[in-house]
Amino acid sequence: MSLHGRLTRWWQTRRIPLALLLLTRQPVRLAVALAGISFAGILMFMQLGFRDGLFDASVTIHRLFDADLVLISPRSTSSVSMAGFPKRRLVQAMAAPEVEGITPVHWNLLLWRNPETRGTRSILTLGFEPNDPLFTDPSLAPKARLLTQKGRVLFDEQSRPEFGPVAPWFKAGRTVESEIAGKRVRVAGLVGLGTSFGADGNLLTSSETFLELLPNTPPGSIEVGLIRLKPGSDPAVVAKRLQAQLPSDVTVLTKQGFIDFEQNYWRTSTSIGFIFTLGAAMGFVVGCVIVYQVLYSDVSDHLPEYATLMAMGYRLLSLLGVVAREGLLLAAFGYLPAYAAGQGLYWLVRSATQLPVFMDTTRAVTVFSMILVMCMASAALAMRRLADADPAEIF
Amino acid sequence: MAAPAAIELKNLSHWYGVGSMRRQVLQGVNLQVAAGEVVLLTGPSGCGKTTLLTLVGALRQVQQGSVQVLGQQLADASRGERQRLRRSIGMIFQGHNLLRCLTAEQNVQMGSDLLPGMSYRARRDQAREWLRSVGLGDELHKLPHDLSGGQKQRVAIARALAAHPRLLLADEPTAALDSQTGREVVELLRRLAREQGCAVLMVTHDPRILDIADRLVRMEDGHLMEAERPTIAATP
Repeated sequence: MSLHGRLTRWWQTRRIPLALLLLTRQPVRLAVALAGISFAGILMFMQLGFRDGLFDASVTIHRLFDADLVLISPRSTSSVSMAGFPKRRLVQAMAAPEVEGITPVHWNLLLWRNPETRGTRSILTLGFEPNDPLFTDPSLAPKARLLTQKGRVLFDEQSRPEFGPVAPWFKAGRTVESEIAGKRVRVAGLVGLGTSFGADGNLLTSSETFLELLPNTPPGSIEVGLIRLKPGSDPAVVAKRLQAQLPSDVTVLTKQGFIDFEQNYWRTSTSIGFIFTLGAAMGFVVGCVIVYQVLYSDVSDHLPEYATLMAMGYRLLSLLGVVAREGLLLAAFGYLPAYAAGQGLYWLVRSATQLPVFMDTTRAVTVFSMILVMCMASAALAMRRLADADPAEIF
Repeated sequence: MAAPAAIELKNLSHWYGVGSMRRQVLQGVNLQVAAGEVVLLTGPSGCGKTTLLTLVGALRQVQQGSVQVLGQQLADASRGERQRLRRSIGMIFQGHNLLRCLTAEQNVQMGSDLLPGMSYRARRDQAREWLRSVGLGDELHKLPHDLSGGQKQRVAIARALAAHPRLLLADEPTAALDSQTGREVVELLRRLAREQGCAVLMVTHDPRILDIADRLVRMEDGHLMEAERPTIAATP
């Protein structure tokens, strides 16, 4: 039978839409149910959005690197505790035929003095050779040349305001100077990188200046080694081979592996993931309770009517179907306002915190599935009340 | 006569409760209602009339005796068999038991929706037709809330008849109505049942409607006895 034929047949054999009428002819009850479901949906959207947004934000810098492979020390656990490894390993990697170029990077959190309030705060500082490519963004190269002069830094204008009014002062033409680890530095330019979990602000400087700021760094030690491959080579294959060739004091990661390494730390070694997932679960439970209450009292109120339908010859199964359809309709009607509110709140969060929180399809589908499960589970529980509908009792 | 009896009860007994609380409500009841016959059942309250009605209506499991309704033995019928049989039995209750969230027309269509192989439009038209024949052609889209007691009971009759039943069971359908409305409702009920060739078993306390019956039976303490044909209609 054709689809059209099926649809016509379905349309012809349809019955009175009892579930829809039960819901819409009781507007107050419907409003309560929808408010509850939407609330639960919004809660889930927010918690999951924050969680994913925070994980995403933890790799703001990682994504910017111009690298196919990244070398780090096996002792490094995350961007806030990077350990050093011999720079020689990076040079050794050059021997592989696929390698096109390398960039050794110093990476540490240093104490920056707010030029206005004189208070200190730790800022993520990267040191590199100003002539080496660091980020994929080509606008960095001309600014990096300014770093060849000693004691010069590039300041991330998206750093949190607690670091002082560096960007406005610089843009106003003032000479902005501050102190790092007791040494005087001058801001030579501004870059736009973005904050992350571990770092409230970012600073770029030359290796030379970096070592001056941190004189205790062992000679020849770096924290991150960037490797660029020739076009057409497979990073995963090369990473595997390098890992086998190089001593065990380095870990070879693909760029994605480096990103995963960082996110994995925040996901598994901190309670952030758990807290937000728990928050979403709370929304789920609250929603369940509300939908169950509404459906249960709805079934209870209409018990004599359900019994009448059974006395008329309706099967228990088709009455269970009515309750199930009520759940389904509630899920659909309740999701729409939750989705709209989620979009609005994400926008609000983005503008207030700079966290990259967006409505992605996966999350939209996840939350809808949760709402669906919530409504159907509640409907299934409320159905048990139907067992009390005894048509013999209504005479 | 060719058609099987609408109802045939043989030695039907029924008990409620267990142990020392066990109480017999029906004691070897025998009753026959022919197809198309209108039988009224009277008796003091608590004598077992409603129990009899629920047993005949396939709403309760038979404990002892034989209950044949529309040719089907209910003594060992499964839940599913009883549910299917109920589709051929129309029921009218003391209260109207209409669905509050449905209009008059939709309530009646809940009855015709049980009929297989009819399109939605045909079932809806039929529901409207039934409402017209109970005199509610102008109240199709009203909710039960906005109808009077008599109107609601007439919607209930239309709903019961919309499923094309061959047996109609009514439990004091006039209890909530004033005497004149009650009289109108039962006369309508009898006329429509007659037109459909549908047998009627009606429980009632109302002495003013006894004359509509083809036959009267009286129940006392779980026993059934034939009663005199009422003479109200015959009195000058």
